[in-house]
Amino acid sequence: MSVDENMVRRIANLARIGLTDDDVPGLAKELSAILGFVDQLSELDTQGVKPLTSAAEDKIRGRDDVVTDGGYAEDVLANAPEKDDEYFAVPKVVE
Amino acid sequence: MADLTELNLAEARDGLAKKEFSAVELAEAHMTRVSASSALNAYVLATPEKAMEMAAESDKKIASGEARPLEGLPIGVKDLFCTKGVRTTACSNILGDFIPPYESTVTQNLWNDGAVMLGKLNNDEFAMGSSNETSRFGAVVNPWKANGTELVPGGSSGGSSAAVAARLGIAATATDTGGSIRQPAAFTGTVGLKPTYGRCSRWGIVAFASSLDQAGPITQTVRDAAMMLTSMASFDKRDTTSVERDVPDYEAALTGDIKGLRVGIPQEYRVDNMPAEIEKLWQQGIDWLKAAGAEIVDVSLPHTKYALPAYYIIAPAEASSNLARYDGVRYGARQDGVDIDDMYAQTRAAGFGDEVKRRVMIGTYALSAGYYDAYYVKALQVRRLIAEDFTKAYEVCDVLLTPTTPSAAFPIGKNVEDPLEMYLNDVFTVTVNLAGLPGISIPAGLDADGLPLGLQLIGKAFGEEELLRAAQVLEEAAGFDAQPQDWWSA
Repeated sequence: MSVDENMVRRIANLARIGLTDDDVPGLAKELSAILGFVDQLSELDTQGVKPLTSAAEDKIRGRDDVVTDGGYAEDVLANAPEKDDEYFAVPKVVE
Repeated sequence: MADLTELNLAEARDGLAKKEFSAVELAEAHMTRVSASSALNAYVLATPEKAMEMAAESDKKIASGEARPLEGLPIGVKDLFCTKGVRTTACSNILGDFIPPYESTVTQNLWNDGAVMLGKLNNDEFAMGSSNETSRFGAVVNPWKANGTELVPGGSSGGSSAAVAARLGIAATATDTGGSIRQPAAFTGTVGLKPTYGRCSRWGIVAFASSLDQAGPITQTVRDAAMMLTSMASFDKRDTTSVERDVPDYEAALTGDIKGLRVGIPQEYRVDNMPAEIEKLWQQGIDWLKAAGAEIVDVSLPHTKYALPAYYIIAPAEASSNLARYDGVRYGARQDGVDIDDMYAQTRAAGFGDEVKRRVMIGTYALSAGYYDAYYVKALQVRRLIAEDFTKAYEVCDVLLTPTTPSAAFPIGKNVEDPLEMYLNDVFTVTVNLAGLPGISIPAGLDADGLPLGLQLIGKAFGEEELLRAAQVLEEAAGFDAQPQDWWSA
């Protein structure tokens, strides 16, 4: 599978990574090479094989649905690039 | 007094217990070497005040007869572990000057057992790399040199491996997603242990690929690795994949007796173009274990060649999801944009390095509509076939012996332009992560250029005791005692 320049822009947009026009041709080449390598997988017949998402296949532990953590807004906000009172601040979203 | 930085973990523990020196003296000796080691770039942040404070506390504990298992032993911490109040960046610009308000479970376990923190160690950005060249702080230089050429220390835990090899800390924490503990250990003549998935808590470790990431130690000896693992491992409710299982005293498992142990030799690891000296070392390892009473069994892991291609879908897919959190809102370095979407895109463009961008984009692609089944689901199916290969092999053997890497350490800059060439470094290690098994690299010999080479032992899930026992026998037989010549101390 080769990735063309339009696809690079589409993926970058989905991944929210800003690109300059100069970045695009190089990435198209690199991503195509990696996917070309990965294409070996198509040699294998995996019909009926159940996907393995994790080596820890046991059922994930549940717990009671109660609050076990929290109450320290100051710590949570301590590394925020911008904050306002007890809130993270972002550029205006709704006009 | 002898040079205290010559001691391994077990020797330093015993010296402290006999009061031959103090924890403060031990920490000072290491801090002095750390502060003179900028040519290696192994530490991205030294914490001498913290080290002195912790060492003084250790001396009090020792004096009052309350020494804990790692009391007063100075270690370095990979910058992927969150350390409360101490800058943690995963060596990425996007984390800016992030100061964690909490401590990772693994490091907390180490401090609870008395270990002393020397500082934070360099790594590939978000642990994505096999050479420690993708760090925002620049490349780490391997203490070992060949013909005067500067070499990589392996990656992603290159700061950890370089620090232990250069005696800038008696041991170090590290993490392994596709080989990031074992490959750098092999490149630096150190021991690197990746435990079973679920053995050490992932809580507070910057996530790369959550179904593959596992913390472990890099040390000078197998005994030291056993000591470190005994403290690092725990059951932790805050990590949903942490396994509720008692932590044995791994050091007690080192009996030296492997009579009757069945050692599997996977035929598929005889790859094309493998250097003759690695092939030879592997055979030597087989002979050593046989001489110690082990039984050698040929086994087949037929899907081995598909492990790297599967990994390069699964790990990037998980990374693209995990790294979505770096959006310039809650922490890290933000870049301004014309609107919020542009702010995200500019923040991530400026904050991520080239390799991280490549992997996030591959992962995004593999998870996107229309490609999900062909790439992501396919890779997960292959992952099951790889895991089943091991299950079948373990019907006839107890551990597996392989080389750790297909080459010795390579020159800085050699593979930077070719991501695929770089990925091939993990050909012998990545299967272990996909199957969630424990693996350990042991320094076993030198190549023609005088560079260390490693052998890898792979165990059964939660078979660390058996694995470490076999590793110590191999270590003893190899008798590796070479050290890099100190050219870096300023």
